[in-house]
Amino acid sequence: MTFVLVPMGFAFYYSLFRWRGVGPPTEFVGLKNYTLAFQDPIFLDALRNNAIVVFGSLLIQGPIALGVALLLNRRFRGRSAFRLLAFVPYVLAEVTIGIMWKLILTGDGTVDVLLRSVGLGGLVKPWLADLDVVIWTLLFVLTWKYVGFAIILLLAGLSNVPEELTEAAAIDGASWWQTQRHITLPLLGPTIRIWMFLSMIGSLQVFDVVWVTSVPAVRSLGASATMATYMVDNGFFARLWGYGNAVAVILFVISFVAALLFQRFLLRRDIEGAITRRAN
Amino acid sequence: MATKRRAASVLALLMTSTLLAAGCGGGGDDEDTPAQGELYKNPVTLTWWHNASQDGPGKTYWEKVAKDFSALHPTVKIEIEAIETNQLQRTRLPAALLSNDPPDVFQAWGGGEMREQVEADYLKDITDQVKAEVGEIGSAAEIWQVNGKQYGLPYRMGIEGVWYNKELFAKAGITAPPTTFDELNTAVTKLKAVNVTPIALGAGDKWPAAHWWYNYALRACSVDTLKKASTDRNFDDPCFVKAGQDLKTFIDTKPFQNNFIATPGQNDPTSANGLLANGKAAMELMGDWNRGTLDTVATDKAALGKFLGWFPVPAISGSAGDPKAALGGGDGFACAKQAPAECVEFLKYLVSPEVQKGYAATGTGLPVVKGAADGVTDPALKSILTATSEATYVQLWLDTAYGSTVGSAMNDAIVAIFAGNGTPEKVVSAMKAAASK
Repeated sequence: MTFVLVPMGFAFYYSLFRWRGVGPPTEFVGLKNYTLAFQDPIFLDALRNNAIVVFGSLLIQGPIALGVALLLNRRFRGRSAFRLLAFVPYVLAEVTIGIMWKLILTGDGTVDVLLRSVGLGGLVKPWLADLDVVIWTLLFVLTWKYVGFAIILLLAGLSNVPEELTEAAAIDGASWWQTQRHITLPLLGPTIRIWMFLSMIGSLQVFDVVWVTSVPAVRSLGASATMATYMVDNGFFARLWGYGNAVAVILFVISFVAALLFQRFLLRRDIEGAITRRAN
Repeated sequence: MATKRRAASVLALLMTSTLLAAGCGGGGDDEDTPAQGELYKNPVTLTWWHNASQDGPGKTYWEKVAKDFSALHPTVKIEIEAIETNQLQRTRLPAALLSNDPPDVFQAWGGGEMREQVEADYLKDITDQVKAEVGEIGSAAEIWQVNGKQYGLPYRMGIEGVWYNKELFAKAGITAPPTTFDELNTAVTKLKAVNVTPIALGAGDKWPAAHWWYNYALRACSVDTLKKASTDRNFDDPCFVKAGQDLKTFIDTKPFQNNFIATPGQNDPTSANGLLANGKAAMELMGDWNRGTLDTVATDKAALGKFLGWFPVPAISGSAGDPKAALGGGDGFACAKQAPAECVEFLKYLVSPEVQKGYAATGTGLPVVKGAADGVTDPALKSILTATSEATYVQLWLDTAYGSTVGSAMNDAIVAIFAGNGTPEKVVSAMKAAASK
């Protein structure tokens, strides 16, 4: 509890000061840093971008991961190689991925050359420079990176589906599709909900990949900022330590509330007892 | 519970990194400072944080300098930590200075940041001990002064100008480097006519773009206005809006390469540096360190040496600014308040003629001491030295002069003009808002 509450308390305390990180904080400004944040259009852009990442990740990664996991759960030649491949991006370090995609997506980089060589040169865009495109580019990179995690989770969930049930269904004449729809999916429910929960929290706090892949200028214009990059840009680079802490507290509160709501409405039946009882 | 902990750890990012940095920052600086006049009596360890973190002549040279100083004064041991500039300036140093255990000697950029450090009583006043050195360095040393007192010494200083490709200029039929912005505009038109990108710009890193605005401000504002802005953070003079308007007019002539908003400034072949170094663009606005950074990204270093030239930022006819004023900046070192007296001796050693000559020979920047200029052989660097000595007034980079908070807001607002969604008025209002943040 000390490790959780003490830093949180400090962050909140510092957020009440106008503090440039030079000398101890002395100029108390109350909640002014919080109102300043919500008046800054760049911070609102960051909030919107976080929302895009949260919902984009759920809506894109979910179906892809489910489809791939169901396929990889069947027996076929090279299955373990495919399983490994699906998981590789997730294992690679965020910074490595960021630099890699930055090079691939740069002007006249691999993507542009590939598109031109197959006659789709008209689709070439300044992927990381166009202020309207960049957040979708980043969503693509994030999807590429984290979809492997969803796949592995779902595969683990699938291995828990008892074979007797699918066998029984097969004997009753159910097609593969019917088996997935009526047996596998319902039994996979808890796993899917846990993944949604982890994905949501991760998306709210996303930092590394965005920080490395996006260009500082584009980030400062709000086009590719997230709450976490905004916090570092303002807290450290503009040396607004009090303000940076206020942003940190906002990020925490949003994540915390999202986590509570999710637990309350979606996770409740999965963790009934496990958490509610320990809290007493 | 796991999620709460995870959220909290992100939340505590600012703080934990502060604590971490403070924890790593220590290392041996003893508190038993010898009394005044007892130099080199007791063994001391000086911790030295500098920003030459990349392997290369700069880093090697500082290692040699530390070793030489210890050889001269066996009681002094120097522990070096080389830290990348952004990390050093934005996180490590502020955190270490907040703690009770800062490094003894550390990188100091002067200007607004140094003013804040002095106000927080972090720095040693060295005015009396370095009078001779300040005399040698001349007016450049003023950047490391606050309220007339000296708190640090520079070892590198130079003004900004336009680096250009002589061969591309000749190809476009430009006979002499532009001396006014009208001539620069003509040059841009001529270069475009022969299908050459006139100017490379690394707006992705923000500051290379912001420097164009600084130069317009330098031309639009009188020296008095600029000096007042640095000390009072007063930006009411209409010349600051004028700077943005002139910049906007210039951007509208499309002198830069495509996608400049995502182009990095230096360090890789796709950067603005890379474009100039490899003959893909004709000009770039950059400081004196550019000679070294161009070299690292050039595929043909010999060709680069042949075509590279330098000219001062053109004047604007009929403007309020001094046409001979220039923007510049440098690198220096300062001593922490509690650092032993040997620290000041080390600072003095760093700007002694022989150390400065050796520094000039590394080619990583221009030395500050007059006698060391013979170390400079490159023709482009020589023209910077001449222009620096001819400059009537050297204005420190505006983001450094105004401190990180105003500087960062100013740069962001300028970048917005480049991106097409900012206005000259918004730059000034962002600066004013940041000053009160």
